[in-house]
Amino acid sequence: MPDTAVDGDVLLNADEIVKHFPIKEGIFFKHQVGSVKAVDGVSLKVRRGETLGLVGETGCGKSTLARCITRLFPLTSGHLTFDGADLSKLSRSQMRPYRRGMQMIFQDPYGSLNSRRRVGSIIGDPLAIHNIASGDERKKRVQGLMEVVGLNPEHYNRFPAEFSGGQRQRIGVARALALHPKLIVCDEPVSALDVSIQAQIINLLEDLQGEFGLTYVFIAHDLAVVQHVSDRVAVMYLGKIVEVADVKDLYSTPRHPYTNALLSASVVADPDKARVRDRIILTGDVPSPINPPSGCRFHTRCPKAQAICSTEEPLLQTAAGDPAGHMTACHFPVAEGEKLASGKATILHAVEGFLAEAPS
Amino acid sequence: MSLSTVDAAATAVPPEEPAVKGIEGRTPLQLVVQRLRTDRVAIISVVVIVLIIALAIGAPLIAAITGHGPTDTNVDNGTDANGQPLPPGSAGYLLGTDNLGRDILVRIAYGARVSLIVGVVATAIATIVGVVVGLFAGYYGGWLDSILARIMDVVLSFPYVLFAIVLVSVFGSSLPLTILVIAFFSFAAIGRIVRGQALSQREKEYVEAAHSLGAGNMRIMFVDILPNLVAPVIVLATLLIPTAIIFEATLSFLGLGIALPTPSWGNMLSDAEGVGFQAWWFYIFPMIFLLLTTLAFNLLGDAVRDALDPRTERIFAARRKKKPA
Amino acid sequence: MTLLAVDNLTVSFPTADGTVQAVRGLSFSVEAGKTLGVVGESGSGKSVSALTMLGLNPGADITGSAVFNGKELLTMNQQQLRQIRGADIAMIFQDPLSSLHPHFRVGWQIAEAIRAHTSVNKRDAKTQAVELLRLVNIPQPERRVEAYPHEMSGGMRQRVMIAMALALKPKLLIADEPTTALDATVQAQLMELLVQMQNEVGMAMIIITHDLGVIASVADEVLVMYAGRASERADARTTFFSPHHPYTRGLLGSVPSATGVVGSRLTPIIGSPPSLISVPTGCGFHPRCPFAMEMCIDDQPDLVEIPAGGHHVSACWLPPEMTGVGVAMDTARQRYASAHRGVRSSKLPGVVAAVEGATVYA
Repeated sequence: MPDTAVDGDVLLNADEIVKHFPIKEGIFFKHQVGSVKAVDGVSLKVRRGETLGLVGETGCGKSTLARCITRLFPLTSGHLTFDGADLSKLSRSQMRPYRRGMQMIFQDPYGSLNSRRRVGSIIGDPLAIHNIASGDERKKRVQGLMEVVGLNPEHYNRFPAEFSGGQRQRIGVARALALHPKLIVCDEPVSALDVSIQAQIINLLEDLQGEFGLTYVFIAHDLAVVQHVSDRVAVMYLGKIVEVADVKDLYSTPRHPYTNALLSASVVADPDKARVRDRIILTGDVPSPINPPSGCRFHTRCPKAQAICSTEEPLLQTAAGDPAGHMTACHFPVAEGEKLASGKATILHAVEGFLAEAPS
Repeated sequence: MSLSTVDAAATAVPPEEPAVKGIEGRTPLQLVVQRLRTDRVAIISVVVIVLIIALAIGAPLIAAITGHGPTDTNVDNGTDANGQPLPPGSAGYLLGTDNLGRDILVRIAYGARVSLIVGVVATAIATIVGVVVGLFAGYYGGWLDSILARIMDVVLSFPYVLFAIVLVSVFGSSLPLTILVIAFFSFAAIGRIVRGQALSQREKEYVEAAHSLGAGNMRIMFVDILPNLVAPVIVLATLLIPTAIIFEATLSFLGLGIALPTPSWGNMLSDAEGVGFQAWWFYIFPMIFLLLTTLAFNLLGDAVRDALDPRTERIFAARRKKKPA
Repeated sequence: MTLLAVDNLTVSFPTADGTVQAVRGLSFSVEAGKTLGVVGESGSGKSVSALTMLGLNPGADITGSAVFNGKELLTMNQQQLRQIRGADIAMIFQDPLSSLHPHFRVGWQIAEAIRAHTSVNKRDAKTQAVELLRLVNIPQPERRVEAYPHEMSGGMRQRVMIAMALALKPKLLIADEPTTALDATVQAQLMELLVQMQNEVGMAMIIITHDLGVIASVADEVLVMYAGRASERADARTTFFSPHHPYTRGLLGSVPSATGVVGSRLTPIIGSPPSLISVPTGCGFHPRCPFAMEMCIDDQPDLVEIPAGGHHVSACWLPPEMTGVGVAMDTARQRYASAHRGVRSSKLPGVVAAVEGATVYA
């Protein structure tokens, strides 16, 4: 992967990370019949103090990647260094001391908190696991954390069910914060929340980043949210990163046709802008990660695909005229101002076809 | 860095923020108790169980009041002039006497002790073993699960009466042996359910969260997953008690459990063998108490299961609706 | 022409914890061929009101009226409702699995839905099913028509349900979070399809969603719901550019880039939506509102007309001319509100936060 001078201070370096889940068959003697190639050679760097946004659609492997860089999953292959330490091959118990440096915030504010334990014990869990504080000291620190995330410390003895979704997500944030981690991986932290609550959590995460010098990897499918919180953004498609750039560059001059399609599909909360937009409508569905397409994985749906796209995999590299940090994996990057095929006409065609067939 | 330095106003929601009011302060246990209180069958079952427990605890008291011990043959007044047992209602013998002149009421009270001790202790052992085995099998999966699950299958398909006969013939019958035999044949029922639950719980996000915090397997199993299995385990345990009581009665009836002259409902029934219709009180009273006890535990177990099941909310809601507001 | 007119609808459910007042006096109407967007957070009553109109809320206590095409829906029996459902009013749910039968092929299910309301023979219905699948952009429709629901991805099942809903060209399509579970690219496809179908066939739509982006791109009129009531109703541009109700204002402030400036701090609404078992007195929004006044605690405001236009009504005690977003208007609102504040209203969480500067409303 081409290295450049813009790296700055790298906190986490993932190099050619691969995660395949074997598919096994057989009743008595299981044998592998294939594998889901969830993450298939992803390299990225996360710099100290930045927020790296990770976007992509369902099944693109972004959540698997999150669990690879936090080493909740063993890696199929590839190298992972965090804060100078090589974590690629550590076992679960060897990983334990490094867990203090990296934490996760999960998507589901209901499922990620143990409903049978009290809030104080949930937030204090990391302190107990790592033998950092116990008894009154733990309680004091937990209540301090509750205050930091905007929860009433008096609610220490309540159960998660007694809190609303937004408050529960604050509990999850407090738990992630307890060990003073350097990196927090946020896996869709706001997508299960109501709109007004989303903004509360986003603001909270921003404040905490400033206060504690946190580094975030922020995973979301909502492009507006990612744009709002991120310094840099990586776009994933079928287990690969197709484009990575500073947030401004990516949103103003997206190079990869998939990024273009994603951006044009995302609806903005502005009736004037939302209506004039001619969206790029992709045909078909995301192919199966068990049997990903050859060459460029996007070629089956790409409006710009040519012969070479199905045979040769494009490298993630800087296109001519782009800043060094803007890298695209495409043989034919989209030029500024270039119009990709419109979707409106295709759909109108389908509608008219249907109405011609259907009896009135 | 200090945790108290964040400008509270910037991030904090004012503490007055109303939590979701409707569900405030309701733990699952409180919900169950509240639901059980509307269930007439459950209340009657609890009353019956409490009475039986009182009977068992008060057994020495009954013996003292009547002046008959559980194994006293009461040579002076326990039989009539012809040496025949006394029918119920005879002076000093509320439920009559058996052919040796022993007071049936006192023997039933002492028998209740045996039944309850066996029922509760055997269930407790079976539950603990079942939970541990089930948790390990379900949580770890793989070869450990294969072995443990097969062992439980074998236990469940064992001809347990034959097994008990062999054990008793080797070790001689005793209360501890009875309890161990019953516990051994019961743990698999709990273990299988716990295994299934643990299998599904370990896929939950809170388990992944615990992993990400660095929690070890033991901690995840016993601190995180176990509390989530309490509900099904309580139901199973409640239903296991009557099974264990019947198991004990069966063993004692066959002479493999509690040995005479120590009274147990099972060996009282076996004592009554061959008395036919003349001395009906020999077998009717132990049977009634056995039936009442097991029925009460079974009905309570069913009620607890219904109360724990969120899908039955409709029934409970209808029940509430019927009551005048 | 008014296709559907809902008047003073209330829906409540008895539960273990008390009565859930899911909808509390809701009135709105939908014009033929137009799209009404219904926005609100979870528990605002937006889905319940739609289900109630179609008779899909067994066990609820319902009052009010809902007149569709001149016929009262709320007094119909199940038989009459069945004739309307599917043919005249179709509904798309967020969860496609709940409305597709797992044991039948999707083609058969679509064909049966068609045959239940028309006299088409089996073979023609099957052909139509294939055409419908093609319409919703399912690849290889001739083959997919024989598939079972579990053999399809979530996005594809959602499309099958949309195909089923469009099969009889209904007069009214109610879509409850139709694309929430879908990816952006698929969502764009389907919303585009709905809009084009509407243009060609002239059906009216009610789009129920929490996604302001979806509302912005398709709705003609917007109904904002809070705690079971309508808080504001206006055409789409008015809703986004000159809202009157502080809740609408708060929603817009919570969405990244909705207010234009990327990278600026979001201005969330303090607190969480209320429980519908114990709805706040007066205006349901007053505990969270940065502009709450003394009267908001005691008196429930009715929908009043906002003179600036845009078929605009709002249920708020602030003066009707105070519409719009932006710091200047917020300052004016705050000034007006503080002049009408008393001991109780000064202590409300939303007000306290606004005064302390936790939001930019101050």
